[in-house]
Amino acid sequence: MALIWLILIPFLGGLACWQGERWGDGVPRWIALGSMLLVLLITLGLWWQGDYRWPAGAESGVVPWALEWRAPWIPRFGIEVHLALDGLSLVLVALSALLGVLAVLCSWHEIRRRVGFFHLNLLWILVGVVGVFLAVDLFLFFAFWEMMLVPMYFLIALWGHSSATGRSRIGAATKFFLYTQASGLLMLVSILGLVFAHRAATGELTFSYAALRETPLSDEVAMWLMLGFFLAFAVKLPVVPFHGWLPDAHAQAPTAGSVDLAGILLKTGAYGLLRFALPLFPEASQAIAPLAMGLGLVGIVYGALLACGQQDIKRFIAYTSISHMGFVLIGIYAGTELALQGVVVLLVAHAFSTSALFILSGQLHERLHTRDLGEMGGLWGRLGSLPAFMLCFVVASLGMPGTLNFVGEFMILFGSFPVAPWVVAIASAGLVLAAIYSLLLMQRVHYGPPRSESSLADLDGREYAMLLGLLALVLVLGLYPQPLLDTAGPAMQEVQRLFDDAATPSPTTMPLGDS
Amino acid sequence: MTLTGTHLVALLPLILVCAAAITVMLGIAWRRHHAGTATLTVAGLVAALVALLVIWSRAPIEVPLLVIDGLALLAGATILGASLVCVALAYGYLERYPGPREEFYLLLLCAAAGGMVLAASRHLATLFIGLELLSMPLYGMLAYAFTERRSLEAGIKYFMLSAAASAFLLFGMALIYAQTGRLDLAGVAGVFGERPASWGLAGIGLLLVGLGFKVSIVPFHLWTPDVYDGAPGPAATFLASASKVAVFVVLLRLVLATPGFQAEWLRGLLAALALAGMLVGNLLALRQSNLKRLLGYSSIAHFGYLLVALVVGEGLALETSGVYLLTYVVATLAAFGVVTLLSSPYGGGDVAALYHYRGLFWRRPWLTAVLTVSLLSLAGIPFTAGFIGKFYILALGVEAGHWWLVGGIVVGSVIGLYYYLRAMVALYLVEPGMRRHDAPPDWGVRAGGMVVLGLAILVVLLGIYPWPMIAWVTGVEVFTAG
Repeated sequence: MALIWLILIPFLGGLACWQGERWGDGVPRWIALGSMLLVLLITLGLWWQGDYRWPAGAESGVVPWALEWRAPWIPRFGIEVHLALDGLSLVLVALSALLGVLAVLCSWHEIRRRVGFFHLNLLWILVGVVGVFLAVDLFLFFAFWEMMLVPMYFLIALWGHSSATGRSRIGAATKFFLYTQASGLLMLVSILGLVFAHRAATGELTFSYAALRETPLSDEVAMWLMLGFFLAFAVKLPVVPFHGWLPDAHAQAPTAGSVDLAGILLKTGAYGLLRFALPLFPEASQAIAPLAMGLGLVGIVYGALLACGQQDIKRFIAYTSISHMGFVLIGIYAGTELALQGVVVLLVAHAFSTSALFILSGQLHERLHTRDLGEMGGLWGRLGSLPAFMLCFVVASLGMPGTLNFVGEFMILFGSFPVAPWVVAIASAGLVLAAIYSLLLMQRVHYGPPRSESSLADLDGREYAMLLGLLALVLVLGLYPQPLLDTAGPAMQEVQRLFDDAATPSPTTMPLGDS
Repeated sequence: MTLTGTHLVALLPLILVCAAAITVMLGIAWRRHHAGTATLTVAGLVAALVALLVIWSRAPIEVPLLVIDGLALLAGATILGASLVCVALAYGYLERYPGPREEFYLLLLCAAAGGMVLAASRHLATLFIGLELLSMPLYGMLAYAFTERRSLEAGIKYFMLSAAASAFLLFGMALIYAQTGRLDLAGVAGVFGERPASWGLAGIGLLLVGLGFKVSIVPFHLWTPDVYDGAPGPAATFLASASKVAVFVVLLRLVLATPGFQAEWLRGLLAALALAGMLVGNLLALRQSNLKRLLGYSSIAHFGYLLVALVVGEGLALETSGVYLLTYVVATLAAFGVVTLLSSPYGGGDVAALYHYRGLFWRRPWLTAVLTVSLLSLAGIPFTAGFIGKFYILALGVEAGHWWLVGGIVVGSVIGLYYYLRAMVALYLVEPGMRRHDAPPDWGVRAGGMVVLGLAILVVLLGIYPWPMIAWVTGVEVFTAG
């Protein structure tokens, strides 16, 4: 029952925010903060109580969830409202809730128009994302996958910034929506194809994840269906040829939008690959693994190089995201347990460091009223403690030992080496690029000749607390990542087992009826 | 065959609607009274709806020339529901109309009766009578504000093209009769089953042209945006919902019941028309700056999607058509309802340009929520009714392995999304010096407002919990036996 509340609380909270606006601007903010905190507390409670180890001796094919909730929905097609939680989804739901809290906090002063409707959208994004992380019925999953686009669209289109160069916020929002919707529809076609293939094999019409995993598919069909899923997730991640929406969406979005986008929405892409693309089609995934890793490499280098050339601080951070997601893609398709664990760690780490950087750039924007790197410089002495925080997060983002990002990247590279040594060698060179663009960012924003001597407002308590909290998480988990690894570990082992089985075909995965 | 009591019971909904039409006509002759006429119309429609639900369990019943089966009842219920919505909208709209107001309801009742006859017809004669009974009053409704140049233009345009389409239809029927010597669908189907021949096939092609015109299938779609744009709000609402449902249902019946329609070349032709509809409708909608024209092009695209059900013509096809028609009608009624409400009371020409809608959210949040929900539904976003419809169509296409059509649906939906989003976001933008067009302040407590709010709630409910609708439509059967 707790699972359905994780979705209902932000949903109802959103409606309350919209209607609460009539009693003043403060009301929606507090309602939103309260609902986000409630979601966070519930997840932490589940984390504290639950047991996320893989039960010993569980049969393959029966997915042992830590927590499950199901109800019939559309029996005609065997569709259920089926929510389930395991270590992987728990980590990501907790992450979403935490970033949700931060998103409310960081827009406390930034958003002054139509506060109620803004928080409605903010909370409903969370509804969609939590739904995506919990749904294990493919129809339900798809519904949430598409539904979360609508509030995000409004967030960018209505409260975004139009930049001077003629890039409009509505254009960016529309681009974001169209990219995701187009790839999403292909995924829906794939889902339907899989469902009908399952019916052809077993006579049962169902959208259940556990049942569809056992569908016997011919290689060709599996490849086509897998490509539909892969494309949808690759757009969201984003993988390089499909990344066109990301820099625009990030640059024009309000700070809270960027935080949600970088911290949560990109994670849904990686989650989809880990939860659906690999387990549903292990053989086909194994077949495109070299291609996917190649795309990951391209992403690492491309993102890093383009980041260096950006003038807009938010576009800069957006391109570094593309670079980081390249590592994630390599880790996922390397498929060893160590690499997959590293993927989860890097997802969390990237969410922390990148949202912190977006929050910081939002704060810079509030003070300087520009996002143009050319108009910054020499801010170190003028801003109190903000530059120091920025240094910490930039260092985290380049993967300095001691931070969580280091743990993630290291595990991915270490875990991928036995599978693809050359890929790892080139990706490691990407780390050098990361150092270059990170230092470039610090240099251009905070060092150099100051534009004026007047000092700007220091961080207030709210801003300070947000950044300090994130920094503490990055460092504490960076020094002791074991809780994270323990929680997500079993789920990753399962993915790794399926992936390995595919590499060495065993009798259980042979097509049926070979007599 | 003589009429028996069972036949009368089966025809009761139709009889009630016709009786209401006659009563309204006599009432107008006796004394003009706007509220009274509207009440009478609503009473007639509701009584017909109740009668329809009563005979639900007894279907199918064969009546001379008509068959009251599940499909006819489903279409009948949809037509009656849509007519009720139109009456509610028309009441507010016509309140300050300078000319005679009461005749609009008379025309509407006649058209509803025509739609019901058409949907239940199993004989080419009733098919033609139903179609004309549906179309003739529509000319009047479309040109109702005849002092307005554009309304008159819409009426005349629809009339001219419709007459041409009827001629095609009659010619097609004549050819079929020449080939088979029969006019009842079962007889025609029987003869076709034995020896299909070229003249009969040409007849079927012409029949398709005539009906395709009414549901604006692509090469015959040119009238749609102009007529939608010029017509008074309530008339456009009726045209977009009830009229299209009735014609599509008869098309569905022809395809399902007549083997001649299942020929390979005709399938190919229908598939090509479907693809053309999806792409042309959506592409032409891209540049529209008028909400009613945009909805017109969007309906062209939607009927392109619906044609997929005719192409497949088996398995889930019937269920898909039913679900898609229902979800489409609910969303379309809500969208046109908002346009009509904003144009009420009548003040010459409707408020339809997109810039009229700029920033509407900050003046009329609930009304905007209605329009947003209906546009999202037309775009097929999850948790709205439209998604269930789109899901069905895609499932049908994937199951039958029509990959070209599936590709067309995907591409069409993505293009479509662009203009729905453009229209939607305009509702929320505030610009200085914008023109303030508004619904009356008390719109929410009036009949039209309440109906529109109800429709929006229905769109969301059907999207979140579609099972009752699906269960209902799954039970629908087409009566095919001779």
